[in-house]
Amino acid sequence: MEPLQILERVKNQFGDRILEVADRKLDPFAVIDPKAIVEIGRFMKNDPELQMDCLSNESGVDYKDHIEVVYHFFSYQRRHTAVLKVKLPRDNPSVETLENVWKSANWMEREIFDLLGVNFEGHSDMRRILMPEDWQGYPLRKDFVEPLEYHGISTVRESPIIRLDTKKK
Amino acid sequence: MSTLRTEEMTLNMGPQHPSTHGVLRFVVRADGEVMREAIPDVGYLHRSIEKIAEKVGYHGFMPYTDRVDYVCAMFTNQGWGSACERLGNIEVPKRGEYCRVIAAEFNRLASHLLSIGTMGMDIGAMTPFTHAIREREMINDLIEELCGARLTFNYMRIGGVAWDLPPGWREKSNAYLDHLEPILDEFNNLLSYNKIYVERLANIGIITAKEAIDYNLVGPNLRGCGVKWDIRKDIPYSVYPDFDFDVPVGNGHWGTLGDSMDRYMVRVFEMKESVKILRQALAKIPSGPVLAKVPRNFKPPAGECQIRVESARGDMGWYVVSDGTGYPWRVHVRTGSFAAMGIIQKLSQGLMIADLVTLIASLDVIAPEIDR
Amino acid sequence: MPLLNTLPDYVLTTKTDELLNWMRKSSIWYMLFGLACCAIELMHTGGPRADIERFGATPRASARQSDLMIVAGTLTLKMALRTRLLYDQMPDPKYVISMGSCASCGGLFQLAYSVCDGVDKILPVDVYVPGCPPRPEALTEGLLKLQEKMMTERWLSRGPNGKQIAAA
Repeated sequence: MEPLQILERVKNQFGDRILEVADRKLDPFAVIDPKAIVEIGRFMKNDPELQMDCLSNESGVDYKDHIEVVYHFFSYQRRHTAVLKVKLPRDNPSVETLENVWKSANWMEREIFDLLGVNFEGHSDMRRILMPEDWQGYPLRKDFVEPLEYHGISTVRESPIIRLDTKKK
Repeated sequence: MSTLRTEEMTLNMGPQHPSTHGVLRFVVRADGEVMREAIPDVGYLHRSIEKIAEKVGYHGFMPYTDRVDYVCAMFTNQGWGSACERLGNIEVPKRGEYCRVIAAEFNRLASHLLSIGTMGMDIGAMTPFTHAIREREMINDLIEELCGARLTFNYMRIGGVAWDLPPGWREKSNAYLDHLEPILDEFNNLLSYNKIYVERLANIGIITAKEAIDYNLVGPNLRGCGVKWDIRKDIPYSVYPDFDFDVPVGNGHWGTLGDSMDRYMVRVFEMKESVKILRQALAKIPSGPVLAKVPRNFKPPAGECQIRVESARGDMGWYVVSDGTGYPWRVHVRTGSFAAMGIIQKLSQGLMIADLVTLIASLDVIAPEIDR
Repeated sequence: MPLLNTLPDYVLTTKTDELLNWMRKSSIWYMLFGLACCAIELMHTGGPRADIERFGATPRASARQSDLMIVAGTLTLKMALRTRLLYDQMPDPKYVISMGSCASCGGLFQLAYSVCDGVDKILPVDVYVPGCPPRPEALTEGLLKLQEKMMTERWLSRGPNGKQIAAA
């Protein structure tokens, strides 16, 4: 099925819990109610028309006024894709985990938690995955400021060319 | 002595360990030689490539894509290039696409050679490794002549490739392929059908097709479970529809379907298919320009897209969000190794500690692809 | 009459320091420690074409058995602490080659938030090998430079705390 048809089918099933079906540029997507993500996920996986057996990508985007979690679904049986998004507030963003529907969500959600600070309710192992455990802040947020040092290691490197320049003056 | 009291112990493996293919760490909970589970700890090579994309712009990000997966950098180049082309609605000249495919398939050969060679080394066979490196050096020479680099190529540009094939390169490549094909058979006789080798790999780390899809495994790992799925064939991109090639899948010939041996054999057979594609591409390559006209200050219209290419480690998805400026708003790479690491904790349960090494090697994980 | 000519052919004369250094430089055991892209070139350096074993350098898996640490690749902050730990495990005398621009100064990844810009912030470095990644030939050159450096060391005139006593 075409991506828009898939999104229409989900919309017919769930009605106003699908907030928006957008076909702006390139990949069409649907923005859904964050509370309904697991329900919609289960429907997409089990529906004989859709059979989305694979959650191929899950990523987060910081839009300065809100954070979006983007889900790319894919069906090996039917060979079609669909994109869903949830919009979350920037303070304490939280959404239910899809780990119990697709196993692959486990690590991808940990990555989003690590880099964007989105909490996934019900996740079995919500720890930092890429950054060190004692890291402060969420690096992929747009307002992230790089710390000047980490455990005594300075993160700034003085450029030798600039240093020579200042010496000349 | 009817019961012998045993005790669980926790072992640390890595981040500096010769068999972890880069910097990975495992916390192994083991009872004697048998693992309860191995918990992967990644991120020792997290170089914030996705954040850098937001700072350096579309053209400037191309060298960074090399470092996402340094073993097969042509595919990351291609993924980023085609994502930008889709955003900016640019058409790549036919010869440019052919150059891309040729470079990429040579790179796939190089990547699989390294994977197979190190797999032998992890099991304890040093000789196959030197054989594989010898062949890889020759491919590196060819690629170096093409783009000036051995490892981090930066060969492709948004809208095509940087340089045309150098004069006489096609003949050299064909001669090399003639040389490589018998070597692959020799390699199989040397390593793949060796009894010790088969015993170490067969029936270890069995993944069923359903599990593989659930855990989002891609590429040779997925095909090793018997799923006939290749982006080059099933969602054709570039000029792959022009070529005639097969998609090898695992068949459980040596043990159970979806074991380490199947994943390994898929890679071996894929190399033969790559040779097939290369021969056709080198023969069919049309004349013409290789690079489309792309403005120096490339500003794609606002929008977002995902592009999937079949890299040596499988389906690599580039998700790019553009806000209409010269800098991407967000770039996310979905890689095969990241998904493959997710399944290790489950697969390791009940295996011997020594088998963890072969398991990692058979999944062919590359540290920068996991951490980016 | 020079002493040399009076001796038979099979007798060599040398200084003790030089003999020691010659033995040390001909068996540099480097730790298998690939961090990033440069690790592949490090493998190639050990491979059949560059064949670094010609110069007596052979890989060891454990830090406790190696003389040389080749920091091959980008050093992230998370890894930096562990690298220091590994360095401390190596027995003296120990050497460090910083391979590639990432290890030398951060290279391309100076823009990154999670990368330690240069291994010299945590370890003393003996030889810097530039390149991204350096070719196997360049790394071999780096090893030869390290051997040159080893040859200049004086062991007999060294005090108990490792400090050089003023030259006699």
